[in-house]
Amino acid sequence: MQDTSPMESGQQDEKMDPAVEGGLERLTQEKIVKGINQVLHEESGARLKAYVQTCMRCGLCSEACSYFLSNDKNPRFSPAAKIKQTIWEMLKKKGNVSKDFLRRTVRIAHLECNVCRRCSMYCPFGIDIAYMMLLVRRICHKLEITPQYIQDTVNSHSATLNQMWVKEDEWIDTLQWQEEDARDEFENLRIPLDKKGADIMYSVIAPEPKFQAGLIYQAAVMMHAAGMNWTMPSCPGWDNSNMAMYTGDNEISGRISRTFYEAAANLSVKRIVMGECGHAFRSIYDVGNRWVSWSMPPFEVVHAIEFYHELLTSGRIKIKEKFKEKVTLHDPCNVSRGRGLHDMARTVVDMTCSDFVEMTPNREHNYCCGAGGGVINCGPPYKNERMVNNRVKAEQLKATGANVLIAPCHNCHSGLEDIIHHYDLGMDVKFLGDIIFECMEKKVYVPGE
Amino acid sequence: MNAFIDFIMGPMVWFSFLICIGGLGVRAAGFIRELKQKEPYIFSYMTVFHSLRSMGAWLIPFFPVSTRKKPFFYGISYLFHLLLFAVPVFLSAHVVLVQEALNIAWPVLDDHIADTLTVFVIAALVFFWVRRVVVPDVKFLTSSTDFFLIAVVLLPFLTGFLAYHQFFAYRWVMIVHILCGEFMLIMIPFSRFSHMMFALFTRAYTGSEFGNVRHARDW
Repeated sequence: MQDTSPMESGQQDEKMDPAVEGGLERLTQEKIVKGINQVLHEESGARLKAYVQTCMRCGLCSEACSYFLSNDKNPRFSPAAKIKQTIWEMLKKKGNVSKDFLRRTVRIAHLECNVCRRCSMYCPFGIDIAYMMLLVRRICHKLEITPQYIQDTVNSHSATLNQMWVKEDEWIDTLQWQEEDARDEFENLRIPLDKKGADIMYSVIAPEPKFQAGLIYQAAVMMHAAGMNWTMPSCPGWDNSNMAMYTGDNEISGRISRTFYEAAANLSVKRIVMGECGHAFRSIYDVGNRWVSWSMPPFEVVHAIEFYHELLTSGRIKIKEKFKEKVTLHDPCNVSRGRGLHDMARTVVDMTCSDFVEMTPNREHNYCCGAGGGVINCGPPYKNERMVNNRVKAEQLKATGANVLIAPCHNCHSGLEDIIHHYDLGMDVKFLGDIIFECMEKKVYVPGE
Repeated sequence: MNAFIDFIMGPMVWFSFLICIGGLGVRAAGFIRELKQKEPYIFSYMTVFHSLRSMGAWLIPFFPVSTRKKPFFYGISYLFHLLLFAVPVFLSAHVVLVQEALNIAWPVLDDHIADTLTVFVIAALVFFWVRRVVVPDVKFLTSSTDFFLIAVVLLPFLTGFLAYHQFFAYRWVMIVHILCGEFMLIMIPFSRFSHMMFALFTRAYTGSEFGNVRHARDW
């Protein structure tokens, strides 16, 4: 009765990591049925039903998916096919599916979809397939078969409220270390901690203090040079990332977002500015707020692209000399499709770089980096397939002939570095902040000058 | 026999329309009630402007990028949907029946043009059928229901075409034509044909999320 999905069974035998395999081993049929039905019938409702019943199986979404395009149009990578292989089957069998089916389900939901939402732009009915893929991840979470590495980041969120097991003293220490270093360039530079009533709370993702502290240094220099009244929180809430949002652990995701907004509220800041991260923006601008019952975020949330745009167009930061190498720009899903910041990004690039070439497609239609949506966070066991699954991105990058790839998102950054290395494209990946930092006049803004 | 024909051309027509429109109404009401109970957040993001903006963008032929990726399929599909309504509504034989029953009428298509358009609709449905067999990603998504749905739409047009030309057994072909048409109407609320209504909701919601929340285009 409970066979696998009706698809090629060959795909289902490949073992996953110990967390998934261990989880599958622990599952009973009763638990599977209960977990699936709880998510599909109790936690979701008319929206899911409308999506399932409205899809006419036309295949227009296929062309949207970088996995489909990268795998020579293999039908099982079509966005609608991913729903067919998971939710349609679960609904048909009333949740009574096999462990082999679930193994394949984990792979589809966590490794073969970046929840980038490109497909909902290609469906004539606007069916939100990413929403359904996140429901499938929620089922995986309920059944405790989430891949190991990303589950570890969620565990870290749960215990420390940051993604990377950064201890509180390490966090403060890192900021002070960056402040000290930056004072070589600006004598009076501060990274103000817990400054009540500041205009801006600047927030980053945990990988920055963990292993990219230089980015905090750059941000501090920009803030100082622009004469901004800013602060960073010393307590939990400083990390704006949210991997629980991508594993379907909505309860922890909500805790993370609430702590984050509370940190801003405690500091009585006017707005939140964040570093160059896409998923974190999605979390604090679009998702986390909903879980804690704010239809929109309780603070103005400003992504780095928008902030740089403001600093440059207002003249608070001036460019000494434009960046000369040939650059191209990657539009991260969560800030282009997710916030429409692509044109501001282009203005920033135009103001800072002298040789810019577009990649095609671009703006809302850009291909995903293949790393986002928690895919790269599933870790090294799946890196090779991640490379194969985003060949189309490599082809897109290569066609630009650029030496430097600007990617204003952490996930994109890491994912694209992998792609460039794997396909031997010989490009440097930079943040917008890297370019601005390199080209800006290192002097403090004085109004009227 | 005549009594039967009178029945299927009279009360049964009313009944079919009642089921179709009433059924869609009941489903829409149930849908909105369930949304309000479990997912009321949806309404806090929906705006009339962004909903209409999205629908408008998707109604302009070949405007959305997606439709330009599959121009042949999209073009046929667009015309098919238009004619699916236009041909039966503006067919002189149908308008005459309405005029007899309700004493209202509207302009009609020339019979030869209507005949040609009917052939196009039939050809489009055959194309959809073949596409489901031949195109790998569409084939992968297809189940027997999809062929059944194509057949349900195909039959009224095919029998209508045969009846118009009176190739054979006119009376029987006409009876089958009427029954098939009524069956299609009755099927609408209970099958994926209901996308004629739900697609408006899904489009409006996605259009609103993209436009209102994310300040991006969804086409």
